[in-house]
Amino acid sequence: MKQTLDARGKVCPIPVIETKKLLATLQEGDTVEVAVDNFIAIQNLSKMAVQKHIEVSSEKQDENHYLVTLTVTKASSNEKTEKTVCIPDSRIDKTVVVLSSDKMGEGDEKLGRTLMKGFIYALTEQDHLPETILLYNNGAKLSVEGADSLADFKLLESQGVEILTCGTCLNHYGLTEKLGVGSVTNMYVIVEKQIQATKIVKP
Amino acid sequence: MHEEIVFCKGGGCTAKLGPGMLSSVLQKLPKGVDPQLLVGFDSSDDAAVYQLTDDLAVVQTLDFFPPMVDDPYTFGQIAAANALSDIYAMGGQVKTALNIVCFPEKMDLNILGEIMRGGNEKVQEAGGVLVGGHSIADSDVKYGLSVMGTIHPDKIYKNNACQEGDQLLLTKPLGVGIVCTAQRVGESSTKAMELAIRSMTTLNKYAAEIIGRYQVHACTDVTGFGFLGHLQEMLGDDLGAEIDSLQVPYIPEAVHYVNEFFLTAAAQRNRNHVGDRVDFQKVPFAMEEILFDPQTSGGLLVSLPPKDAELALHEIKALGIPCGIVGTVTQKDDKRMIVR
Repeated sequence: MKQTLDARGKVCPIPVIETKKLLATLQEGDTVEVAVDNFIAIQNLSKMAVQKHIEVSSEKQDENHYLVTLTVTKASSNEKTEKTVCIPDSRIDKTVVVLSSDKMGEGDEKLGRTLMKGFIYALTEQDHLPETILLYNNGAKLSVEGADSLADFKLLESQGVEILTCGTCLNHYGLTEKLGVGSVTNMYVIVEKQIQATKIVKP
Repeated sequence: MHEEIVFCKGGGCTAKLGPGMLSSVLQKLPKGVDPQLLVGFDSSDDAAVYQLTDDLAVVQTLDFFPPMVDDPYTFGQIAAANALSDIYAMGGQVKTALNIVCFPEKMDLNILGEIMRGGNEKVQEAGGVLVGGHSIADSDVKYGLSVMGTIHPDKIYKNNACQEGDQLLLTKPLGVGIVCTAQRVGESSTKAMELAIRSMTTLNKYAAEIIGRYQVHACTDVTGFGFLGHLQEMLGDDLGAEIDSLQVPYIPEAVHYVNEFFLTAAAQRNRNHVGDRVDFQKVPFAMEEILFDPQTSGGLLVSLPPKDAELALHEIKALGIPCGIVGTVTQKDDKRMIVR
């Protein structure tokens, strides 16, 4: 099936957003032909296509008229199917990681700290990242400046993971000024996030 | 059919002409020759500096653009903070300002009143005085200021005198262009917009006062050309930089908006301009876009020795706006901007 979209005269990001909406309705092998009036719009459509693993090509018709063809490939439609089968609405998959200590498991303290550091690093390597990470009590010591795992938390945050540290705990340990990543939260949010979670991971 | 007049169509620094376009035109203009002119447009600096006496020079700058927010008062504040910023990026002090106004004849004049009220408040906060202006009837709203400040001729911050080993300090979060774009398509969260507005309406005056106490090698404000566009200007033709993307302050929601592909033309123009001088090493796509995002009333980007950078950062953090030491100036001959 081939769909067409005339996005001439529309300013970015509108051509990209309209194309994205149209693509969401298509199957593997379907194509969309988008008409745009400037080269920058082609580049922006191409960036989206690369991110979504969609084949893209473009062709100049005449001055101020370009046709961009996007083809839904197996990789891109798989990505979509997987999402639709397992996670009809990505927001429904609310995995929350709860870190209530700076150590992982019971036993030797030094080992516990090493394990926790390894756990947070391994979290950054996961294909499916949690929606939220909650840090409280000794866990609040993990997200402050100078903490071993700070860079890992920042990497997670840059990929859209919400990182929330208990404000009362930071205050108790005199670390309020030192929070290095994410934002401060309170008990209502800590309770709400866990109640609404579809899965809670507590190492 | 009568077309409704829309106040905010997507403005701010996303409305700026691309850097490539501009330089091709400017190159054809004869450069002014006057020994008193210390900084002119040939240096791609933030403002012009003209020396009057041995210890006094004037700094002049002009900036105006279409609204990037729906509230006229807030827009006035942002446009003024953005225009005033160029004086601070040079190390100067604000003295006088003139309004520049484009306004549709059919639009409610109270809106214009609100814009100017916001602008005037920022001029006063800057310690300057509004002394006049010029208004044009136009199809769209545009507002800004022409600002005059003073500076000691020996204390001008160059925007391209970084030294190898310097650290790069950024005083405001990136991503305001992306957040305003998300707002325009009705997708931004209140929280993201609040932080963007707080950042855009904050005068660079306060950060400038702090860095003034340290050894500044180079300084600019991050605006339309995005972080990497302005960094490229700072590094000139000789130096490179290593940027730690994990230290870059940004509005957290901007990541989501990029992943929803709210991509502006201006950010892509900035990407084209910087070209292969930037080397992204395993940086998420969203962070790439944030680093190219045009900023309206963005923060100062300051190049200073590591020890000074640490101390200055500590003081600037107290202003309550996300900031950070984002990278290091690297050796000559490697002109790349490496982002990790």
